[in-house]
Amino acid sequence: MTEHAYLIPLLPLFAFVMVVFFLRWKEPLAAGFSIAMILCTWVMSIWVLIETLARHGEPYEFFFYITSFASLNFEIGILVDPLTAMMLIVVTTVGSCVQIYSLGYMKGDPKFSRFFAYLSLFCFSMLGLVLANNFFMIFIFWELVGLTSYLLIGFWSEKKVAADAGKKAFITTRIGDLGFIVGLLLVAAYCGTFNYGEVFDKIGAGVMPLGVLTMAAIFLFCGAVGKSAQFPLHVWLPDAMEGPTPVSALIHAATMVAAGVYLVARFMNVFIGSADASMVVAVIGIITSVLAASIALVQNDIKRVLAYSTVSQLGYMIMALGLYGYDTAQGHHSAGYVAGTLHLMTHAFFKGLLFLGAGSVIHAVHTNDIQEMGGLFRKMKATSITFMIASLSIAGIFPLSGFWSKDEIVVATSHHPIFMVLTLTVAFMTAFYMWRLCFLTFFGEPRDAERYEHAHESPKSMTGPLIVLGVLSVVAGWVALPWLHHGFSSFVYHGEVHHAGPNYLLMLISTVVAVSGIVLAWLVYHKKAISADALAEKFRPIHTLLYNKYYFDELYDLILIRPILAFGRFWWSFDARVVDGMVNGTGRATILWSDLKEWFDVHIVDGAVNGCGWVVNQAASKLKYLQTGAVQFYALFMLLMIVAVALFKFEMTRVATTWPVLTAIFFSGVVLLGLLVRQTANKKKTADVLESDK
Amino acid sequence: MDFQLPDYNVWQMLPEIVLFVWALAVIVFDLGTKRKTGSAVGYFAMLGLVVSGIALAIVGHGRGFGNMFFNDSLAVFFKVIFLGAAFMTIGSSFGITKEKIVNHRGEYFGLLLFSTVGMMFLASASELITLYIGLELTTIPLFVLAAFFKDDKKSVEAGIKYLVVGALSSAFLLYGLSFLYGLTGTTDILQMRFNLAAGQLSTGGDIGVILIVAIIALLAGVGFKLALPPFHQWVPDVYEGAPTPITAFLSVGSKAAGLVAFIKIFVLGLYAYYEPFMAPNDWGMLTGALAVGAMILGNVVAIRQKNIKRMLAYSSIAHAGYIMIGMLSMNELGLASVGFYMFGYLFTNMGAFALIAHFEDKTGSCEIKDYAGLSKSSPFAAMSLTIFLLSLTGIPPLVGFFGKYYVFAAAIKLAGSGPGYDWIYWIVGVALITSVIALYYYANVIRTMYFIKNDAPVKLVFSAPALSMVVIGLIGVFLVGLNPEPFIQFASGIPFTAGFILP
Repeated sequence: MTEHAYLIPLLPLFAFVMVVFFLRWKEPLAAGFSIAMILCTWVMSIWVLIETLARHGEPYEFFFYITSFASLNFEIGILVDPLTAMMLIVVTTVGSCVQIYSLGYMKGDPKFSRFFAYLSLFCFSMLGLVLANNFFMIFIFWELVGLTSYLLIGFWSEKKVAADAGKKAFITTRIGDLGFIVGLLLVAAYCGTFNYGEVFDKIGAGVMPLGVLTMAAIFLFCGAVGKSAQFPLHVWLPDAMEGPTPVSALIHAATMVAAGVYLVARFMNVFIGSADASMVVAVIGIITSVLAASIALVQNDIKRVLAYSTVSQLGYMIMALGLYGYDTAQGHHSAGYVAGTLHLMTHAFFKGLLFLGAGSVIHAVHTNDIQEMGGLFRKMKATSITFMIASLSIAGIFPLSGFWSKDEIVVATSHHPIFMVLTLTVAFMTAFYMWRLCFLTFFGEPRDAERYEHAHESPKSMTGPLIVLGVLSVVAGWVALPWLHHGFSSFVYHGEVHHAGPNYLLMLISTVVAVSGIVLAWLVYHKKAISADALAEKFRPIHTLLYNKYYFDELYDLILIRPILAFGRFWWSFDARVVDGMVNGTGRATILWSDLKEWFDVHIVDGAVNGCGWVVNQAASKLKYLQTGAVQFYALFMLLMIVAVALFKFEMTRVATTWPVLTAIFFSGVVLLGLLVRQTANKKKTADVLESDK
Repeated sequence: MDFQLPDYNVWQMLPEIVLFVWALAVIVFDLGTKRKTGSAVGYFAMLGLVVSGIALAIVGHGRGFGNMFFNDSLAVFFKVIFLGAAFMTIGSSFGITKEKIVNHRGEYFGLLLFSTVGMMFLASASELITLYIGLELTTIPLFVLAAFFKDDKKSVEAGIKYLVVGALSSAFLLYGLSFLYGLTGTTDILQMRFNLAAGQLSTGGDIGVILIVAIIALLAGVGFKLALPPFHQWVPDVYEGAPTPITAFLSVGSKAAGLVAFIKIFVLGLYAYYEPFMAPNDWGMLTGALAVGAMILGNVVAIRQKNIKRMLAYSSIAHAGYIMIGMLSMNELGLASVGFYMFGYLFTNMGAFALIAHFEDKTGSCEIKDYAGLSKSSPFAAMSLTIFLLSLTGIPPLVGFFGKYYVFAAAIKLAGSGPGYDWIYWIVGVALITSVIALYYYANVIRTMYFIKNDAPVKLVFSAPALSMVVIGLIGVFLVGLNPEPFIQFASGIPFTAGFILP
């Protein structure tokens, strides 16, 4: 099966093509086909995983050359190693759940089929991204996921906020991608190849000087910063929540945003070469994590809380990978790589579940504002229970999957006390805001009676995926039980297998932190022992700062967007007046020229034709003679042209002039003659018509 | 004098002989069954092409009749293209043989096979007379085929025009050939250039006026087949009037035949044509000028066409220009890129014409506006035509892109080889700009199919052969486009053909 793994991305692509071209008009068929294809890829991914396990994680690579240009080989190929196998499972599992869920969620939407087409296109791009075996391909798929993300965020493009959010996401990630392509070209320039294996070998052999390597690594990381919404490019992800909720779950929680983390993990060989670059990665990760978690404490939009939570968790993963790179560069062992990738997987499941659960809630109460919810537990049992399982998991409660991966991350920070303190702080905040969300949404008295009245449990097609992901949120982390010597850390690893035993002290600390976060949330939002309003009043400046997301949007608006817009307006006016004038002028000139050619054909050529016919047959007034005349004209034209070409050639070689004057004279003579004949023929024709009118 | 009988080695002609006999058999078969054979005679003719192809594979490389008949890489490559073009032409002819030319199926298919035989002889010819006869055997059946709808004025007009202009160009070709013989004293193409070089040396490198006249006459004769301006005027009229499958055959088979003749005469025979010390490179510049003319004229005039066959006629003129770019860059990549271009053009153009022929069979129309709404009624047809047109434009990863890519790459490579070749950048620039113009009129058809509403769009129900031809075209467009490496390898054999030495 592994040798046919290239089929995994192709099946969703096939679904996209079929839906767009053939099934668009039959909605159930379109959705059914799309789901069938993603389920096929899911089965194939499991198969690939089993085979990869059976090979003991031996990488499998298959590629062929497309062409080579400037001594760079462009190839298409796939690379299946444990990291890829894990990502395949994540993408296809969440992808399948989301597509099935969308059956219920998108029911009745006028663009139903298009939604499934886009989802399939996204799955194709994402699967291609994880299967790619070279930098060139990963960049193509990287841009493709960006495109589909843009299409899906702005899916309800009739809403201006959605369209704007799409643009914001696209442009912000593009800034990161600029860095990515620079890094990629740097690597290609020094290594002379795009292939991962060859590049890593060459970097290992030291073809890139340390300074260049650090620069390349940081530039490559820029791509991850954009795509994984890391500080300072994190601003697009919360806005991206304007897209349909299944999209948020699939793209903006589980898979695409994790692509940045995947990128860092994939290019780990580049990062371990440079401790400085790795430290930058780790610092960016922890800053993002703290920032986003603190913002999430006070937000009221259920999806935005989850979005900031996603940003914060991605920061965790990035930090873990960065610390791994740093420690490895310093010659220490580190659990960071395993921690980052494991958290990537478990996070995909519980965050996907949280978003789908939030979608289910929104579906029921038609609002995003948690202040208008409350008491929904009584009405939506399946949604509430699965949502709470995921909340426990993300808070890091034993023995759910989030506990194990978060614990690994804490272990990874063990050489860096500051990081560890901040990590635990984030863990505390995470537990608090997630349970704030749970208590406000599902417990207490309904704060909006009318919305509560109309709330109802979602259909089976929506709760089914919730339950599947709920089970995964519990068990997915068990692959990495510290007592399991041939578990996750012996499968997805970088460098040498390093198996750390259980660290009971850290487990205890992180559990205490998580539980205290939950208890605080319970005290504030359920027991009401501490008044939330009083707290907000007491810390007013901080609350305002957090509520307004540290004013990042306003800051960017002030220092970037306005100047750019002003600059843009200037160039726009330049464009409108000068460039457009030129472009339109060119367009007009082309059309004019075409018209001229037509005019030439109609008037001069046909005129000459008509004329020649008259000259030769002495009967130009009769149309049938014109028809025979045409061939003679063609012959004549050919003859004249041969003379012209010969004259030209003769002039150039024998007379050796710079400008073919004789040829030009000859040519204009021919044209003039044609015009003359045409005139005469027309006069004769008019005379004949007048004659017959009489 | 020691005279030796040449080694005949008739075996080498097996593919041609098979096809020739088969063509006769096709006619006899149709007559023998009192013209009641239906489609069987068409399938029989297709079988003949397959058998000839197998024979071609068995025969392999070699030579026969002294040095007059070569089966070298060049010949084999182009024979494959000729057989493929004929195969796809017959495949898309079932519509018209079912409805329109019920009483002359045998002649129709027979003549097509004869024309193919002519092309194959042409590809193997290594001597001027054989080459000329091959060219005539190619063209004369096509005169008849173009006029095959004898009750249709346009078709008859097309046939007559083609005949008259074709005869004239043939005369020019012969004229040029006779001059060449006079100058060199041989008709052997490979010997010619040595004699010419000796003659040139004795006059101190001076190019005789006679040679100029000869070359230009030859250029006219071959340019006619290639549809290269200014010898293109027959193209729109004939393409529009001729039965659509024949138009397809003209645009691919006949053009490829012209290309072979061009390579034989100008590259192999008049090697001096590219020899720097004898001919300043403005010979190349002349070819370049013709290419620029073809690209501009073809692409610009195509914009205003309302009939899709006429539009493709101008597009075919433009493509002749692109091919010439590869032609004038006589490096290793040059000839290979030309062969590859033609190979891709085979699938793309034959596929597009198969669809157009099928559309015409169902609706009787070739007007672009009648394609409106096709995406709703026949999504497969609309999608396929879209893919073919995009490939003609040169959109990756379709084969048309790689065709253009290799041609341009070859030209750029030559342009970088010395300061005297800067003008090639300009030609490639024109090619790139006209490629953009080309997108305009190709996309216009796509726009019509997908975005223009039509209350009663035609629903195309594919017959088995028509569908197979479209599918073969699609497979070719994608297969060669996604994996061009083996095919460019195949085409790379062309420059190492018998007697060709890289300059």
